[in-house]
Amino acid sequence: MANVTLRNVRKTYPGGFEAIKGVDVDVGDGQFCVLVGPSGCGKSTLLRMVAGLETVTGGEIDIGGRVVNQVEPADRDIAMVFQNYALYPHMSVYNNMAYGLRNRGMAEAEIKTRVEEAARVLELTSMLERKPRQLSGGQRQRVAMGRAIVRQPKVFLFDEPLSNLDAKLRIAMRVEIRKLQRRLNTTSIYVTHDQLEAMTLADILVVMNGGQVEQVGNPLAIYEKPATTFVASFIGAPPMNLMSIHQDEIKSQLGDGRASEAGILGIRPEDFVITDQTPAGGIALPLTVEAIERVGAETFIYGARAHDEQRIAANPGELPPGEIIVRIPGTEAPAIGEKIRVAAVRAKLHLFSGDGRTRVEA
Amino acid sequence: MVEEEGFRRYVAHIILWIGIAIVAFPVYIAIIASTQDNALIANGQMSLLPGGHFFEVYYQTIFVGTSGSTREPVGNMMLNSLVMALAIAIGKIAISIISAYAIVYFRFPFRMPIFWIIFITLMLPVEVRIYPTYKIVADLHMLDSYAGLSLPLIASATATLLFRQFFMTVPDELLEASRIDGAGPVRFFWDTLLPLSRTNMAALFVILFILGWNQYLWPLLITTRDDMQTIQVGIRKMITTTDALTEWPIVMATAVLAMLPPVFVVVVMQKLFVRGLVETEK
Repeated sequence: MANVTLRNVRKTYPGGFEAIKGVDVDVGDGQFCVLVGPSGCGKSTLLRMVAGLETVTGGEIDIGGRVVNQVEPADRDIAMVFQNYALYPHMSVYNNMAYGLRNRGMAEAEIKTRVEEAARVLELTSMLERKPRQLSGGQRQRVAMGRAIVRQPKVFLFDEPLSNLDAKLRIAMRVEIRKLQRRLNTTSIYVTHDQLEAMTLADILVVMNGGQVEQVGNPLAIYEKPATTFVASFIGAPPMNLMSIHQDEIKSQLGDGRASEAGILGIRPEDFVITDQTPAGGIALPLTVEAIERVGAETFIYGARAHDEQRIAANPGELPPGEIIVRIPGTEAPAIGEKIRVAAVRAKLHLFSGDGRTRVEA
Repeated sequence: MVEEEGFRRYVAHIILWIGIAIVAFPVYIAIIASTQDNALIANGQMSLLPGGHFFEVYYQTIFVGTSGSTREPVGNMMLNSLVMALAIAIGKIAISIISAYAIVYFRFPFRMPIFWIIFITLMLPVEVRIYPTYKIVADLHMLDSYAGLSLPLIASATATLLFRQFFMTVPDELLEASRIDGAGPVRFFWDTLLPLSRTNMAALFVILFILGWNQYLWPLLITTRDDMQTIQVGIRKMITTTDALTEWPIVMATAVLAMLPPVFVVVVMQKLFVRGLVETEK
């Protein structure tokens, strides 16, 4: 059991490239922290720095009250689950799990107890003598988890552990990982690029972009109050609709006071309703329906706004300018080509500064 | 594979059989000649059927040797060849797997220059550097010794390159997992890299053993004593006789014996590395 604290952690590669530009995160004892961000944002690098597989060029990494910047991976009391599992292909499942313990000089009887206990928890008992190649993807994943569990470390590190599994198995394993972590109550840091995984697993969510932390906090709090337009469009699927305020239509509806401070308006797809009325202080937009996606429980309407010429800084996952997604429950939807009017109440509006870097509270 | 039908298949088989006959006939002649009486062979009256002297010829070859030219039993020559070939094959694999490990997994000053120096030695086989190598071996008093026979042939750029290529396909995560599991460089090499390289080592062993077994020029140069000569050199010496008849049955028996170890290695090791190929997954 341990806290993990990152203090102004930096990573600069010898070529001068700055992968991590000063990160401060505090993961409490037994908490599940998820690092999420687009590829290349430095989340895996940060995790590998915590593991000790990458050197730290600035700041401090503190595990359980001990600064571990110069400590070897094996001595940091961590266990890691890799994206490709990294099982030893020539060793049986049992030996894969026992290897790390043997290297620590643990007694064979104790190793046996621990491995069998882990195998029981992960339902691997019947496969202990098999080699990794005789297992399915999900089973290999569980062996990799088992290898981490038997160590009984202070911290679990997960590097996109579910990305090699198919969609159904991924959801099942996601739940399993969460349950397991709750039961063992071990501090965990988990890297993913999947915002759904991030939302569902995290106690603390860290949204990263370009080597920096965009926002840290409770996943729902982040969802409800994204600090930047990047977070707004990255967390939530489909992404939040972002539009420039410097257009007469929106500006006049918002009123001068707020519009003068803010430059960008964001509205989540599910916060729109199709209506002819304009809620007080809210926003109403006329749309032309361009595409409809019905997924059963809900329907996505893609519509184009008239006269939207201005571009907003393009972030990954963001919609093309002028396009709006509306998410409505059920399957009843307007026809393609129809002109509709959608509205959102004032409390559901998100306002950001013109560069998208800060949130403007209404 | 597509099954060829009827006539076309027969043509293919006939061509294959002709090929086999061309390759196998000299071997057949050698085996037959090793069972005949020398006088018959010398007169050119050798039959194409096995003669009756099989046991006495092979007994003499292995334990006694020719009466004239070398007077060294072939059993001893085979032992010399075996020691040399094994030392070369095992030595090459050991040296090159260690150097490849250093080059791939460690960052040290002049790593790439060192790699290129190893690479360049590909252009300097024994034949090219034969005088300096002989001088060194002679100065170290290693003439007429197993060390002299095998040591100069052990350094191998080819095998180093092969292991380097293989190591580069091993995922980095395995090394990282080992580090987290508390395995240092030696442990990682011994517990993970070596077992994964088994297939490559078996394949290399086959090639290198045969290469070592078939050495001619180098053993010819550095061995002068009859009891240190290898079988390849021995055969050549048996054929040249000054004023006596060449003892052809013994020469042929020696040739047949010289073929056996490589055949044995190929047959045994091939099974091993086919099994390895099926088992290993990357």
